Amino acid sequence: MVESNDGLLRAEDLCFSYFNGRVVSHVNLALGTGDLVGLIGPNGSGKTTLLKLLSGVLKPALGHVSLEGREVQALERREIARRVAVVPQELHVPFPFTVREMVSMGRTPYVRPLVGLTAEDRQVVLDVMGATGIGDLAGRDFATLSGGEQQRVIIAMALAQEPRFLLLDEPTVHLDLNHQVEILELIRRLNREKGVAVLAALHDLNLAALYFDRLVLLNRGAIVATGTPTQVLTAARILEVFSASVLVEAHPVTRAPQVTVVPLSQQAARSRDSGPRI
Amino acid sequence: MFKGRVGYGTSVLALLALLAMSGMVAISVGAVSVPVEEILKMGANRVAVGTFVRDWPEGDEVIIGVIRLPRVAGAALVGGALAVAGVVFQALLKNPMADPYIIGTSGGAALGATVAMTLPVTATWLGFGLVPVLAFVGAMSTVLFVYNLARTGPRVPVVSLLLAGFAVSSMLAAVMSSLMLISGSALRRVILWTMGGMTVNGWQQVAVVGPVMLVGAGAIYLLAGDLNAFLLGEEEAAYLGVDVERRKILLLFLGSLLTGAAVAISGLVGFVGLVIPHVARLLFGADHRILLPASGLVGGSFLVLADLVARSLLAPTEIPVGIVTALLGAPFFIYLLRRNKKEYGF
Repeated sequence: MVESNDGLLRAEDLCFSYFNGRVVSHVNLALGTGDLVGLIGPNGSGKTTLLKLLSGVLKPALGHVSLEGREVQALERREIARRVAVVPQELHVPFPFTVREMVSMGRTPYVRPLVGLTAEDRQVVLDVMGATGIGDLAGRDFATLSGGEQQRVIIAMALAQEPRFLLLDEPTVHLDLNHQVEILELIRRLNREKGVAVLAALHDLNLAALYFDRLVLLNRGAIVATGTPTQVLTAARILEVFSASVLVEAHPVTRAPQVTVVPLSQQAARSRDSGPRI
Repeated sequence: MFKGRVGYGTSVLALLALLAMSGMVAISVGAVSVPVEEILKMGANRVAVGTFVRDWPEGDEVIIGVIRLPRVAGAALVGGALAVAGVVFQALLKNPMADPYIIGTSGGAALGATVAMTLPVTATWLGFGLVPVLAFVGAMSTVLFVYNLARTGPRVPVVSLLLAGFAVSSMLAAVMSSLMLISGSALRRVILWTMGGMTVNGWQQVAVVGPVMLVGAGAIYLLAGDLNAFLLGEEEAAYLGVDVERRKILLLFLGSLLTGAAVAISGLVGFVGLVIPHVARLLFGADHRILLPASGLVGGSFLVLADLVARSLLAPTEIPVGIVTALLGAPFFIYLLRRNKKEYGF
């Protein structure tokens, strides 16, 4: 592996297996400043595992992950955490923490024992609470917040790490549509305003196409397509990867590709309507 | 309750005052009652900040300085150590039902103590008899054994720790019961020991156990931020920059060390390590930077008072302090729980 500080979070020929078989297979990927990438693919296609490999909590069976030119596995967790923040799919908090306490935990990789949070740490916490719109919730118990609010707190905690790379695992899952939109708008704004490189695993193809510059499509652990949403989301590929028959049309306003499922009962009728088949 | 209203320094000072007051009452009360004023004068004379003419019996100085003060100090240390260890285990195992004994400490300690009581040998080491020494050794070696049982490759999953701890404890308890039945004569002593009671007589034991506990608790305090992260789960802790497995083994060791040291001078005092952390959490919040010192001070004050009740209620007979901690602590805890039930759901 060539050692160079290229400012990238890079996966090279990444492979990983659990006991029951390979889940990530020869993945090559590079994430750099300003990137806003959506990671899509069916359940079990390896999205979560890939994020864990990129953040260094899983050790690849083969291949490397390099963070700004250095092998992730050789770095201390503290060093990684100052550059890469992860928003997990679920966060269960068994004891009552306030929002401010939660967000402050994002400063863990910077805090020195005995010194505690410095004035600078507190300022970062305030800033990210402002940026994520949770300033008013500072004293509230995390457990009493709505799903959308909780997700914003978790994102704020990740931002308090002042990361260059933000990895999110299905940040909108379990949320209502309004909250989904709110979270995606927030992620996009953070990417545009702060230049944080974003890689987000997503299950909603339409939202992925609307909010992300580039998409990476995983199937059975391997990347089967990357590119702009228009390049990646074609009806043929969705049929192949998701085994779902769909129509892909341009969004009436943004022209982003939008996927519409065609019910099985209508498919025969549709193919008749579209004239004689060859 | 006080969360966000009272500052860190104020809270700690208030709790230090609580501990000092509990200690003062506990030193004053006993078979011979010594007024607080007299104790303060004795203390002032001793540290040479005052020169009060002694108008009290000389025996009082012995009662206070040689008997009660070390015992009260021991109780404060044990209560504090168990509460801090409880906080550690609850965070590491992410389990509100965890207590300092959960990964086998109690089973190992009890077996060690039983062996010591049934052996026809007496030995003394640094002022400790065979019972505390074997109890401590039993506790620490059991934790080591459980840790290695739970280990799978480089990782030690907390669920495995819990299950291995439970299995090993059950096994050790069975061995202990057999020993008790065979020996017969030690039965009563063993049972009393498992209910807990301060066995401090003189300064020597406190002088050994105290520094171990204080250094251990201090080291844990340095890891307060990591304990916060552990509460969010090990994976999230890793994302936040915690070297999870290394910190886990360190925290398990420190928590077990505090527990083992406590057990050595007090037997198996129950309840304190489970409930005091919850009480402190309800009063001061879940952030370990305040929770650890608060639990230690509340735990210390609580056990000082519980020990006072244990030795005064049916004086001159002493009742096991474990009975008192449960009888006093449980209703108070239930009261706090009901009062805070809206904000305290797990």
